Amino acid sequence: MTSIGTGYDLSNSVFSPDGRNFQVEYAVKAVENGGTAIGIRCKDGVVLALEKIISSKLLKSGANKRISTVDRNMGVVSSGLLPDGRHFASRARDEAAQWRRTYKAPIPTSALANRMGSYVQMYTLYSSVRPFGITAIVGGWDPEVELPVDGQVGSGPATGSGGKKEGVKHGGPFLYMIEPSGLYWGYYGAATGKGRQSAKSELEKLDLAAGNLTLEEGVKEAARIIYAAHEDSKDKDFELEMTWVSSLDGPTKGRHQEVPKELLEEAERLAKKALDDDDDDDEKMED
Amino acid sequence: MQPTGMLGEDGIHIDMNHLKTGEVNLGTSIMAINFRDGVILGADSRTTTGAYIANRVTDKLTQVHDTIWCCRSGSAADTQAVADIVHYHLGMYGITNDEPPTTQTAAAMFQELCYDNKDQLTAGMIIAGYDSRHGGQVYSIPLGGSLHKQPYAIGGSGSTYIYGYCDANWKDNMTEAEGVNFVKGALQEAIKWDGSSGGVIRMVVLTAKGANRHLYLPDQQYKGPGTN
Repeated sequence: MTSIGTGYDLSNSVFSPDGRNFQVEYAVKAVENGGTAIGIRCKDGVVLALEKIISSKLLKSGANKRISTVDRNMGVVSSGLLPDGRHFASRARDEAAQWRRTYKAPIPTSALANRMGSYVQMYTLYSSVRPFGITAIVGGWDPEVELPVDGQVGSGPATGSGGKKEGVKHGGPFLYMIEPSGLYWGYYGAATGKGRQSAKSELEKLDLAAGNLTLEEGVKEAARIIYAAHEDSKDKDFELEMTWVSSLDGPTKGRHQEVPKELLEEAERLAKKALDDDDDDDEKMED
Repeated sequence: MQPTGMLGEDGIHIDMNHLKTGEVNLGTSIMAINFRDGVILGADSRTTTGAYIANRVTDKLTQVHDTIWCCRSGSAADTQAVADIVHYHLGMYGITNDEPPTTQTAAAMFQELCYDNKDQLTAGMIIAGYDSRHGGQVYSIPLGGSLHKQPYAIGGSGSTYIYGYCDANWKDNMTEAEGVNFVKGALQEAIKWDGSSGGVIRMVVLTAKGANRHLYLPDQQYKGPGTN
């Protein structure tokens, strides 16, 4: 690496002459070694999925969950240094709770992404701290219905409020990815970690921008993509962890939850089958 | 002075003289209503210091965002301070979140201030606003700092005289003209019977078209001049 020995990579608060912050770039390297994490924004919800590498056979399977719930309607998954991910989730919860205290309403996904982006960016400015060694994916469902102010009494006129603009859609599924630099964008499909390249190319094939993929299809695609992304690190064992959040009339009723066991197992079965079919195809081509 | 709510020799004393000597009081009639296209706020214009009318053309309808306003009753100083704080925070909200705050956001802020500082404040507020997502909304925050969403809300000393009038004449989904007449009729009664209310009738109509002020003068029998 060009940075070694130049001294420009020793501190956060020092730029290299060509305008780079090497500490941030090293943090990105930490992310590139983490288990693959992806998020899919479907038309009726968001799926978060993670390839959890099993570092020891002594760990209890299914325990040590890595996808966190931030607020009722929102979840976060990260790839990279695990403790940094936990601190990120903890801060995200604080931000969501603080928003609720001030505004007596749930935080919009965009606002949470904005606040967490600012928080992560702060860790690129000072020599006393190091940047976050994670890239985080935030998925949430902003309420499509009108919510009362937390704690309010009464509900206004029996005929409803007058003067509403009709035919405008509000709320819906949202997905953001926040990088160690503090940079964040909104995505239809997001991938990070070791298998991000193959995951991204699979996500691109789904044509998510068209908005046709349903949440349940999204769950199956997410499982398939994680399994496909794991092909490059086949020697290591892994567990698939998946959560989802749907609309109020969907399966999770607007809440961020783990994907139910039956659906998860079905998605895993299909993912393994898709891999096997791929292998068969390859063999045929060899013939 | 007896402490508030203490049991004295002759029973429970509620301290009604909460104002400091010379403090300006909005002995008031205020109200806000929902109608077909949004909300209407209305108020009299009398401000008193004891028996003296300190201001006969007060504006008790205060803007806290483009189409979120409030009616103030109680201590003029307290309610102005609270409205100023909310005005600041709603302005910040609009800039930092790239979208205007809703009436709920405003109501939540007013309530938090009025509840947390209830021991220090004499503030009875009515919050009314319009936004395209939720339409018109009316919230009442009485003395203790509770939050009530209502079809219409009345407040201030003059409101005690018009509970019957409002209940008898209220209709959901009125037109703007009907709404203005309802508010005007109610406030005229309140002014007539309440010694601490009087002067002109001010109104603000909040719809998708924005905020529109009305003025009705006693020397024109509250018939005009209406909108400017």
